[in-house]
Amino acid sequence: MDKARPSFEEGGKLHAFRSVYDGIDTFLFTPNETSRSGVHIHDSMDSKRTMIIVIVALIPCLLFGMYNAGYQHWLAAGADSFPFWQLMSYGFLAVLPRLVVAYVVGLGIEFIVAQWRKEEIQEGFLVTGILIPMICPIETPLWMIAVATAFSVIFVKEVFGGTGYNIFNVALVTRAFLFFAYPAQMSGDKVFVASGKMLGIGGEIDGLTCATPLGQVATSGATDAAGVAGAMTDIAGDPVSLWHMFLGLIPGSFGETSTLCILIGALILLFTGIASWRIVLSAFAGGAVMALIANWCATPTYPASFLTVGEQLCLGGFTFAAVFMAPDPVTSCRTNTGKYIYGFLVGVVAILIRTYNNGYPEGAMLAVLLMNALAPLIDYCVVEANVRRRMARAKAAE
Amino acid sequence: MSIGIKVKKGLDIHLAGGVPENARPAECRCATVAIVPDDFTGLIPKMELREGDPVKAGQPLFHSKLDERLKVTSPVSGTVKAVVRGERRKILRVVVETGNGEPERINVAKALSDKVAAREALLASGLWAMLRQRPYDIVPAADARFRDIFVSGFDSAPLAWTPASISKEEAKALETGVKLLSLLTDGKVYVSRRPGSFLPDLPGAEMVDVEGPHPASNAGTVIAAIKPVNKGETVACLDMATLRRIGLLAISGTVDFTTTVAVTGSEVKNPALVDTVIGAEISAILKNNISEDGRNKRIISGNVLTGVAVASDGYLRYPYRQVTVIPEGDDVAEFMGWASLSPKKQSTSPTFPGHFLSRRLFKPDARLLGGRRAMIMSGEYDKVFPMDILPEYLIKAILAKDIDRMEQLGIYEVAPEDFALAEYADTSKLELQKIVREGLDYLRKELS
Repeated sequence: MDKARPSFEEGGKLHAFRSVYDGIDTFLFTPNETSRSGVHIHDSMDSKRTMIIVIVALIPCLLFGMYNAGYQHWLAAGADSFPFWQLMSYGFLAVLPRLVVAYVVGLGIEFIVAQWRKEEIQEGFLVTGILIPMICPIETPLWMIAVATAFSVIFVKEVFGGTGYNIFNVALVTRAFLFFAYPAQMSGDKVFVASGKMLGIGGEIDGLTCATPLGQVATSGATDAAGVAGAMTDIAGDPVSLWHMFLGLIPGSFGETSTLCILIGALILLFTGIASWRIVLSAFAGGAVMALIANWCATPTYPASFLTVGEQLCLGGFTFAAVFMAPDPVTSCRTNTGKYIYGFLVGVVAILIRTYNNGYPEGAMLAVLLMNALAPLIDYCVVEANVRRRMARAKAAE
Repeated sequence: MSIGIKVKKGLDIHLAGGVPENARPAECRCATVAIVPDDFTGLIPKMELREGDPVKAGQPLFHSKLDERLKVTSPVSGTVKAVVRGERRKILRVVVETGNGEPERINVAKALSDKVAAREALLASGLWAMLRQRPYDIVPAADARFRDIFVSGFDSAPLAWTPASISKEEAKALETGVKLLSLLTDGKVYVSRRPGSFLPDLPGAEMVDVEGPHPASNAGTVIAAIKPVNKGETVACLDMATLRRIGLLAISGTVDFTTTVAVTGSEVKNPALVDTVIGAEISAILKNNISEDGRNKRIISGNVLTGVAVASDGYLRYPYRQVTVIPEGDDVAEFMGWASLSPKKQSTSPTFPGHFLSRRLFKPDARLLGGRRAMIMSGEYDKVFPMDILPEYLIKAILAKDIDRMEQLGIYEVAPEDFALAEYADTSKLELQKIVREGLDYLRKELS
């Protein structure tokens, strides 16, 4: 690598690719820059490793997403047997192009901006790039992913200054952009199960419709708990049990169906201290409290209020948002007290939106984005409390 | 009477190359010593002597441009060998060649009973310049009134050495020092120590027993726990060695410039103690004691957190009683270091196996081990910052040069050294101590 360096420096033949060279060089070799001021030794942890750990934590969800994509397809085709490797290959082939598109578009923009600003390429998009396909329905067209990714990387991240400066979670804005720009293609009952052949694996299924359980509940018009439970069926028409919801063998966005796999990811993130336990814990607490309240005051106007606490937490993107989206350190609260409040409100708002709005059966995305916007306000109040304490002390000393 | 403090947030960094407990100091004489004006933060030097002038130990080398009473004195008798200047004639260091001669005698007749005499004795002897004040972490003004005085009686920094016992004479010197210092404040003289340590209760001082990890010994930590500094207040901070020197001055009328230096670090062959004087030559202190494996070395005057890198032909910088040698690390090409699971890597993160090896002594080098980034992770500074201050917000206020906000967030309570552990643990590798130093300088300039 060092031999190639001169051609990438200012004036070299390949100078236009300096940011790419730097990115690859620092990825392969730890930079040997040493400290010039202050402390002489540094912790071995850096932001590259931080991001990679998040990706590692996402792998169970990704693998399960592949299996589930195949499983739903087979189920829709009316199959009785579910050959594991075929299911996995089908899901792999379904998600691969989406992953590639998200990374190529997002990293491409990051490389260009880094080159333009004469900065080092930063690793923030490594996580965003894998999150985007995981929170989108499996049938999202590739061009939509490309457009949405470009939009959010440019307008949510780069215009604010790049990694570490964004106000909103980049991956979630991608999802929100898709949702609001292409509502017909991004919701309803057409997109959550793959219907086409992947390189000869699987079959063509015509007229396939299957909404997510939350979508079914919202449109069911059920007036009691039994009606709601009956409304949630899989593609084959069988009722969905809580165990299935927990395992994640239900239609939904690619990587967010399996509560079990998300919890494995959560264990990794919490053990390594990369996700704030304060946020994750209080998000679940907030969700559970709101679900309990909704369930106590269940009303036929809003069928989702008949869902139990367990169902509310296992269904939809709630767990995924609580574990992978809410604790994003850049867009969440930064003070410890603020984190409790922020997490709790993410949980409450997510359940609030999904329960009391039949037209919009999932609230986790909007809840996190809304709280991203409120996080600086919460932090402001916490910081002001600290300032007031200091001012009061100074006054007492006078 | 003593106060107990438990420091909960902080970090003990375990490094290889500590001085054995029963070590006895070896004598180290050197041909030249040097004083670096930069070590006396806030003091702009004006030379009193020229190159070639004879000088006595305790005689002023230079004084403050703004106040002639603030003097820095020569640690040895001899001749001024060189006044090394840098850009815009800034004095980089004053080198004194060691010779023979009597030390300067200071008038200390009334130093233990009269407030003015006590102050004058300290100013004339140069010991005043060894005090630091909060706010700003600078040499206090000659007429400063201190709310309280804080003495750090131990050092919890990595590889720092604190004696296990003291002689009767030394205890007497410390007592005398406290007596003199108490004339400079209307408040109290606090002396911190480890519970059950060698340090006896000193009459006239409020003893503070501090438990917990580094930065337990930092003055900032103790002040924050006892009585934080408010706007408009000034407190003085000093270490045990300076307290002892003050006591000896009051007893004998001369300044004792000897110091015991701990030679530490993974690249030192035999970690040891060296008896020498302030400003001694590094080459004499480290004589044949650096491992010869052909790798680049970093020699630090001080500890790995707050010390200053010096050249192998450099000098022991004044405030430090420790020399640490670690690998520089700029000759290492580590493949995919971010993915490493090597137990040799030290980290506060549980993603490294080394995190769980609490007894392992690590041998880190001076690399940043990552690229500089914006503040990404939150709460990293809080974990190692034991004051009721929001460090991240204070740093941001300093970067924004927002004076009101800095004041509100507690800048008067902090010194750069308080941010050293946060700088170590920061995954974004920001230069926090430098930021705080520049913030304090900016604030002082704007408010003066």
